[in-house]
Amino acid sequence: MSETTQKPILSIENVSKTYEGGYKALKNVDLTIQKGEIFALLGPNGAGKTTLISLICGLARLNEGRITVDGHDVKSEFYKARGKIGLVPQELTTDAFESVWNTVSFSRGLFGKPKDPTVIERVLKSLALYEKRDNKLRTLSGGMKRRVLIAKALAHEPEVLFLDEPTAGVDVALRREMWNVVADLRQTGVTVILTTHYIEEAEMMADRIGVISKGELILVEDKNELMRKLGHKELTIVLQEPLQAIPDNLSHYDLQLAEDRMSLTYSYDTHAERTGIATLMRLLAEDGVRFRDIVTKQSSLEEIFVGLVEDGQ
Amino acid sequence: MNWHAVKAIYMFEINRAIRTIGQSIVSPVLSTSLYFIVFGAAIGSRINQIDGVDYGAFIVPGLIMLQLLTQSISNAAFGIYFPRFAGTIYEVLSAPVSAVEIVLGFVGAAATKSIMIGLIILATATLFVDFEIAHPIWMLLFLVLTGFTFSLLGFIIGIWADGFEQLQLVPLLVVTPLTFLGGTFYSIDMLPDFWRDVSLLNPVLYLVSGFRWAFYEASDVSIFVSLSMTLAFMAIAMTAIWWIFKTGWRIKP
Ligand SMILES: Nc1ncnc2c1ncn2[C@@H]1O[C@H](COP(=O)(O)OP(=O)(O)O)[C@@H](O)[C@H]1O
Ligand SMILES: [Mg+2]
Repeated sequence: MSETTQKPILSIENVSKTYEGGYKALKNVDLTIQKGEIFALLGPNGAGKTTLISLICGLARLNEGRITVDGHDVKSEFYKARGKIGLVPQELTTDAFESVWNTVSFSRGLFGKPKDPTVIERVLKSLALYEKRDNKLRTLSGGMKRRVLIAKALAHEPEVLFLDEPTAGVDVALRREMWNVVADLRQTGVTVILTTHYIEEAEMMADRIGVISKGELILVEDKNELMRKLGHKELTIVLQEPLQAIPDNLSHYDLQLAEDRMSLTYSYDTHAERTGIATLMRLLAEDGVRFRDIVTKQSSLEEIFVGLVEDGQ
Repeated sequence: MNWHAVKAIYMFEINRAIRTIGQSIVSPVLSTSLYFIVFGAAIGSRINQIDGVDYGAFIVPGLIMLQLLTQSISNAAFGIYFPRFAGTIYEVLSAPVSAVEIVLGFVGAAATKSIMIGLIILATATLFVDFEIAHPIWMLLFLVLTGFTFSLLGFIIGIWADGFEQLQLVPLLVVTPLTFLGGTFYSIDMLPDFWRDVSLLNPVLYLVSGFRWAFYEASDVSIFVSLSMTLAFMAIAMTAIWWIFKTGWRIKP
């Protein structure tokens, strides 16, 4: 990675947030995002995902720590910093009586860009909204409203797009649709930061994943790296006869004997040069252990995540 | 300055007003016509001149002020309260827009609308009574300054309000009484001394008085006192709004 040569598009340094009333929603968060990345902020409800986005976008007051967008401080250079950001909020909030075209054009003006129908047209077409451009927002379905919010956020051609829980409370079809939208965004080169508490969603869309729990960013890792580091497979060997103990010549294997002594489970790294499976089988045969079946199981990111959140407690 | 944003907010608000143009204009024009019929024609015919002006003509500036104040406050309050209530305010707050630009957009639109209504009422008044405007420029100046000042006040109310009832509360409980007691329908010289002195504490008196001077050169207080008081209200309202944005009161947690 060229992390040292590239200027980060987003830099969060030692950011904490204490709400009035004393609740500490974020604790010393550090995060750097590179241009063009798709980053997923993964965490359960109330972890502080929306709070972090609100601090970046200026919806909540930043009192502790520093945030820059493409090098511009979000407080002292808020014109420049915010101009680079598009935000799609968690809640579906739209002006019921506006038309699609007008509301998207409004957003472009609000972000300081001159009128440009070709941009609006391109954005609407990319989100399959062009046919609906004259429709009033209240006549649209929930999925379309979400896309209108994305169109509004893209109308000023931002470099960073925040999608706060883009698929919360939507059905499977809409979720797939959203995954496709993000895949299309990747082609345009815009940096996408999305939040979710669906693990498969982070796995599906993101290049990098940050796990946030109780206001702390407990891990940030390249998705594949995360899989490699933590991803392991389990091989379960179902035995024909109960085994009293693990034979001595297998002691250096990561083996576990089930309580009923009818199966052995072997944990191994799927990415290791040698998984050791062939030797294990040979040694088992030498020891006269006979087996009926073998089953392998891939640990998904979901299990990793559950493990992480438990570790964090 | 982000002028594109000011224009976007301003036009958004103006378009909203145009969509509901019927109700925005019909109700103030209707109620003002009723005042003319009841106070001007029915009662006014039994009242002689006040300060050398026929009663029907005397109440014209006061009635315009009454509508200007209530319209300014309710337009501006609703304009900023509704996006807060609906949640769409997030977009304005996350945009590269300063407090000054937000206020120019929202308050400018509310003031425009109420000033328009004021002018429409002025035109309506010509149907009921004969009058001439001695100082049209001063008249317009007071109209604009007052419309803007009370739109600022409405903006503050719209940020403070937690529900639709509170939006109605201030115009109903504060502005209407102050306007009625501020010499809209009479000269405070007609009051006993004690109540005359109490009236001088009423800020709206200075607005109505200055406005009436622009029409008839007749006023309860000097035109310069009126102008200074109007500017003072404006400064107070601007300070309050500056404080709101500085602290994020009710808008940024
Ligand atoms: N305006 C606020 N005032 C006080 N507490 C808040 C406010 N907004 C959020 N919180 C609290 O901060 C925590 C994190 O909230 P949030 O950032 O919305 O979490 P997430 O988006 O991860 O679900 C929650 O416990 C929430 O109750
Ligand atoms: Mg959230």
